[in-house]
Amino acid sequence: MWFFLARRLGLAAAIVVLAVTLLYLMIHAVPGDPASIILGPRATPELKAALRAEMGLDQPLPLQIAGFFWDLLHGDLGYDVFSDRPVSQIVFERLPHTITLILTSIAWAAVIGIPLGCYSAIRRNTLIDKITGVLSVSTIAIPSFVMALYALLLFAVTLNWLPAIGVGEGFLGRLTHLVLPAFAVGISWVGYMARIVRASMLEVLGENHVRMVRAFGMPERRIITHYALPIAIMPTVTLIGVGMAHLLSAAVFAETVFARPGVGSLIVDAVDARNYPVVMGCVLVTTGLFVIATTLADIINGLLDPRTRESL
Amino acid sequence: MRGATHTRAIGAGRHRPHALMQHWRRLRRDQLGVFGLVLVVLMVGSAILAPWIVPYDHTELMTGGRLAAPTWDHPLGTDQLGRDVFSRLVMGGRVALQVALAALTAALSAGLVLGLIAGFGPRWLDSGMLLVLDAVRAFPVVIFALAVVTLLGPSLWTIVLVVAITSVPIYARIVRTQTQSLRNNEFIQAERALGAGTPRILAIHIMPNVIGPLLILASMDVPLVITMEAGLSFLGMGVQPPTPSWGTILNDGFNHISNSPWPVIAGGIPIILTTLGFTFLGEALRDIFDPKLRKDV
Repeated sequence: MWFFLARRLGLAAAIVVLAVTLLYLMIHAVPGDPASIILGPRATPELKAALRAEMGLDQPLPLQIAGFFWDLLHGDLGYDVFSDRPVSQIVFERLPHTITLILTSIAWAAVIGIPLGCYSAIRRNTLIDKITGVLSVSTIAIPSFVMALYALLLFAVTLNWLPAIGVGEGFLGRLTHLVLPAFAVGISWVGYMARIVRASMLEVLGENHVRMVRAFGMPERRIITHYALPIAIMPTVTLIGVGMAHLLSAAVFAETVFARPGVGSLIVDAVDARNYPVVMGCVLVTTGLFVIATTLADIINGLLDPRTRESL
Repeated sequence: MRGATHTRAIGAGRHRPHALMQHWRRLRRDQLGVFGLVLVVLMVGSAILAPWIVPYDHTELMTGGRLAAPTWDHPLGTDQLGRDVFSRLVMGGRVALQVALAALTAALSAGLVLGLIAGFGPRWLDSGMLLVLDAVRAFPVVIFALAVVTLLGPSLWTIVLVVAITSVPIYARIVRTQTQSLRNNEFIQAERALGAGTPRILAIHIMPNVIGPLLILASMDVPLVITMEAGLSFLGMGVQPPTPSWGTILNDGFNHISNSPWPVIAGGIPIILTTLGFTFLGEALRDIFDPKLRKDV
């Protein structure tokens, strides 16, 4: 177990280091240097030279990258000249809204998707199973931002049932403001979960230990809830870990459509304003989140099922 | 597995027409697959024939007014400048298809080359390449795309580049796995004993066995690419006006959503129909050609 943990964490660290290096190289492979991009077209050569020195751009590339990592390790994501604040402060101020949205979406999707998948597996090839199958594929295929726009149009603009803009005040306000974005982000996850739980449930139901408890006369209900589901649910852990990237991407659109002040809308605004340091800060933080999520998912799976430890 | 690859590699040329007929018959029995095929044909057809289908020029300003509701003259209404939304959507299909074709071709070729190298090369090269590919996959796609847009500026080709970069790791990994399972087969060893060099083995014996599953996967990725193009254009980070794209049409509608619901309703329809069409068709094709490809997700 310890060996597995060390290996998995080592891999995660290696991926983060490589990803950050790639990002840094990418920035510098682009024609035109960052100093002139940050300062805009009207900057004087002296100003550019000063900023270049301040950013360490006059040093050799490996040294620059090392310096970049040194700053990152100290939680320094750079400085935003527009708002005159550290980038890390801006990003971490917005992050809770995005994480709330993602967790709410996953939670409601799991509450509906997992029982739906179970039901489909138990009542295999019935009409309900087939309808669930088609609906799952459809919700997975339809882009989340189209869902967000249609939800906005129907429930906020036309029916005026739910608020459309911002995060709201107080518990109830926050909750009502979460409904539509969480619907848009989570709906495809109902499909994902239903699909994967159905598949793994069918597999588990055919296994020997399930057949044995059935032979002992265990009620079907109890077989499902106590013997099959705990095993069949495991692939969803991996799914959520890997799906963190999809969730973060979907949050970008949901936050833009519903004007939620999260990291997603922050990066869109920053790209619009060509606010370079903030964009990179957002990329680094979300990439870190994604790597943490996949690593955690693998570790949880390793804890639950020793067999997966070897496939690393 | 081994037997199957043998027959496919050796008899591929001879039994093609017959096998194709069989596949077609199986596809016809899959109702959703046929539905998907119809949608895909409609989409691709309208994109190719767009200039002859559209009732109006997509840049022409109509006299009927701005943000008008659907009428017989304008089946999907007009936008905030008074342009015919239906004509713009049909032309937008061309952009979507163009991006999908360019991005997937680039990603497929790059993935194929990298995967063959990783699968056939020495072990250290393989491990190193895998690590780099994993690192590229560590970026959430849309957020990575936004970073690239800040660097290169928004355009159709930026989207193509982003989609290509982010899909290469997936294709390369599949090619690599397939190559590794093939490289120790007897027919490859026999070929080598006969004096064939590595390039010849890769090009003539390994690639034909790898490319089939790869094409099916790529066809299933078309909806992802189209979603990406529409999504980035919706954020204003993709195709720039006046070029009509489904995403920019939705964005225009979103900005005027309190005045008229029609541009948003109309703008979403082609995206939904196209993604559904390609997904249903892709699932049917995968079930027919290679059930083993069934991704867990």
